Amino acid sequence: MAVADGPAAGEAKVVWYNDPVVRGRIFQGLTLSFVVFLTWGIIHNTAVNLQSRNIAQGFGFLSTTAGFDIAQSLIDYPQDADYGRAILVGLVNTILVAVLGVILATIFGFIGGVARLSSNYVVRKLATGYVEIVRNVPLLLQIFFWYFGVLRVLPGPRDSIQPIPGWIFLNNRGLIMPQVTMTKITADAMFYGVLAAIMAIFVLRSVLRKVQERTGYQAPVFLISLGILVAFPAIAYLASGAGVTLTAPTRSTFNISGGTRVIPEFMALLMALAFYTGAFIAEIVRAGILAVSHGQTEAASSLGLKPNNILRLVVVPQALRVIIPPLTSQYLNLTKNSSLAVAVGYPDLVSTGGTVLNQTGQAVEVIAIWMVIYLGTSLTTSAFMNWYNAKMAIRER
Amino acid sequence: MKTKFVTAALGAVLGFAAATTASAGTLDDVKTKGFLQCGSNTGLTGFAQPDTSGNWTGLDVELCRAIAAAIFNDPNKVKFTPLTAKERFTALQSGEVDLLVRNTTWTMSRDTSLGLKFAGVNYYDGQGFMVRKSLNVTSALNLSGASVCVQTGTTTELNLADFFRSKGMKYEPVVFEKSDEVNKAYDSGRCDAFTTDASGLYSERLKMTNPGDHIVLPEIISKEPLGPLVRQGDDAWFNVVKWTLNAMITAEELGVTKANVDEMLNSTNPDIRRLLGKEGKYGEGIGLSNAWGYQIVKHVGNYGESFERTVGQGSPLKIARGVNALWSKGGLMYAPPIR
Repeated sequence: MAVADGPAAGEAKVVWYNDPVVRGRIFQGLTLSFVVFLTWGIIHNTAVNLQSRNIAQGFGFLSTTAGFDIAQSLIDYPQDADYGRAILVGLVNTILVAVLGVILATIFGFIGGVARLSSNYVVRKLATGYVEIVRNVPLLLQIFFWYFGVLRVLPGPRDSIQPIPGWIFLNNRGLIMPQVTMTKITADAMFYGVLAAIMAIFVLRSVLRKVQERTGYQAPVFLISLGILVAFPAIAYLASGAGVTLTAPTRSTFNISGGTRVIPEFMALLMALAFYTGAFIAEIVRAGILAVSHGQTEAASSLGLKPNNILRLVVVPQALRVIIPPLTSQYLNLTKNSSLAVAVGYPDLVSTGGTVLNQTGQAVEVIAIWMVIYLGTSLTTSAFMNWYNAKMAIRER
Repeated sequence: MKTKFVTAALGAVLGFAAATTASAGTLDDVKTKGFLQCGSNTGLTGFAQPDTSGNWTGLDVELCRAIAAAIFNDPNKVKFTPLTAKERFTALQSGEVDLLVRNTTWTMSRDTSLGLKFAGVNYYDGQGFMVRKSLNVTSALNLSGASVCVQTGTTTELNLADFFRSKGMKYEPVVFEKSDEVNKAYDSGRCDAFTTDASGLYSERLKMTNPGDHIVLPEIISKEPLGPLVRQGDDAWFNVVKWTLNAMITAEELGVTKANVDEMLNSTNPDIRRLLGKEGKYGEGIGLSNAWGYQIVKHVGNYGESFERTVGQGSPLKIARGVNALWSKGGLMYAPPIR
């Protein structure tokens, strides 16, 4: 065995090109220069071809007036906004649907995953049905299902469904709710109220932990925290003169004007993404819980822990280590899948960017922007989840 | 083994670089290929749509067929690539199609910054609005507050914004990539109004569940000269496309039709003789046979015939000639003389 491992000491030195270290370096150098050459070739080739075809190049077009409108914009999008702004509006819309989608999908996923392991037959089978059906139907079809099948069959604006008559309208143009306007004093007061509540909860938790360590008494931390979180802003709200006005939407010639509106394109996309990704997360959660040995549960209960404490303190922390890495992939998938928005006309990054591409003809530049942004959001999500994963990893003491 | 791989890879890269150097020219490429690759609409009645047996028909399609007839003496040597509004320019720029005849509006920026050239106008259009009769709206000026369905990446989308802006009216744009999606959204009540070129509105109305329930409002809010495009910098190919269209218009002007073109070969009118290749070498001048004009009219017909058959009285659209009539009949269709 020992003899086979390379030349033994004292043996004649091999020629340099037979030295594995040197040879390794040479081939790695060759590979690297090949990759560099290939990249340079592609970029150079593109630039030369664009020039020879008289296609304008560069990112200068981003500051030209866009001249088209966007149905949903969370940031200011004035009439003379430029193409860069239009792309930014699309990016914000993408982030909105991705963040809400991730939150909803996680909720659906955890409920679904736990329900699949439920001892209740009906709950278990319902969860299985959800996971198996939703996971095996292409996402694009599900977006169409929500858009054409569910939201499009809602009545027109004139016969809106009104859960609270005169205040909330649901029709095929979306969900219209009263506009909430706050006076600056109330808004500021409530902001500080929330801030104070968060700090109070942190202080309270450390105090109660010390109490538990000293006396063994366990206070209902969660309920108290919740109470503080509701009470502080509520007091701030009342103290500042309750300066909130609700403006009800009103019927106009065509539609219902005023109020805040959630467009059906957004709802369809969000629902489809949340249910679809939720089904995958359910399986991940189920796998994570099953990965925790039953002995852990038995050991915990023999220590006298209550069932919900077993779940919270023993099972979930161990399950999370299995859950987090695949969960990261699902979050990334959800963000990237949101680009299917273009199929139902939700103005996301790909949709607005596509319009910009078409109006300007700057295909290479717009696609470069898309790639950089999606890469950026994916790497950010990934970095955050890796940090969380490291935090959750087993720490040996 | 390793050396072989590296050599092969280097060879591939060099080949990749070599393959992208400019080719001889589109006309020669088309002749070598044996057919014309024409970028068309994904489906717009009257302009470009496959019929029940899969044959493409329409005004734009017939222009492609006329070009094929001019080159190959065979109007069927065309392959159509259906393109969405968003895909069309990239497809032409990258050489995926030889020309684009797809209700594309001739604008300055498209003519100057995309590396493309418009070779003429085969239909003068303008943007309009369609609404449900039940709304009792009689003018586009009453559309304030409406949600409007529109196709993305079109001049239509920009005109729409300009129109509402200049009139100080509000609207909600609902944009889709394909005209079919726009149609479906409007038909199912997602929007109050549907906007596109007026010809397109008549065509889309035929696809509605109840075409009779919708009216096209009288306002035309823009100029939309639609025409064929080619890549910039290939003058020979540009000439072929431009003069095929001119030949069709000239044929109408001279009264040369698909039916009488053979008799017309014996005409003594020098204009007709030049068009049909009996006098001069105009076809050879653009790299085709001298009978190119004859081949166009023989296989496809003149512009007026093509118009009536696809969008005019002989079609379900029944669009009046209007501004698309010959200049001599009060319209805008005018071809420079062949001489």
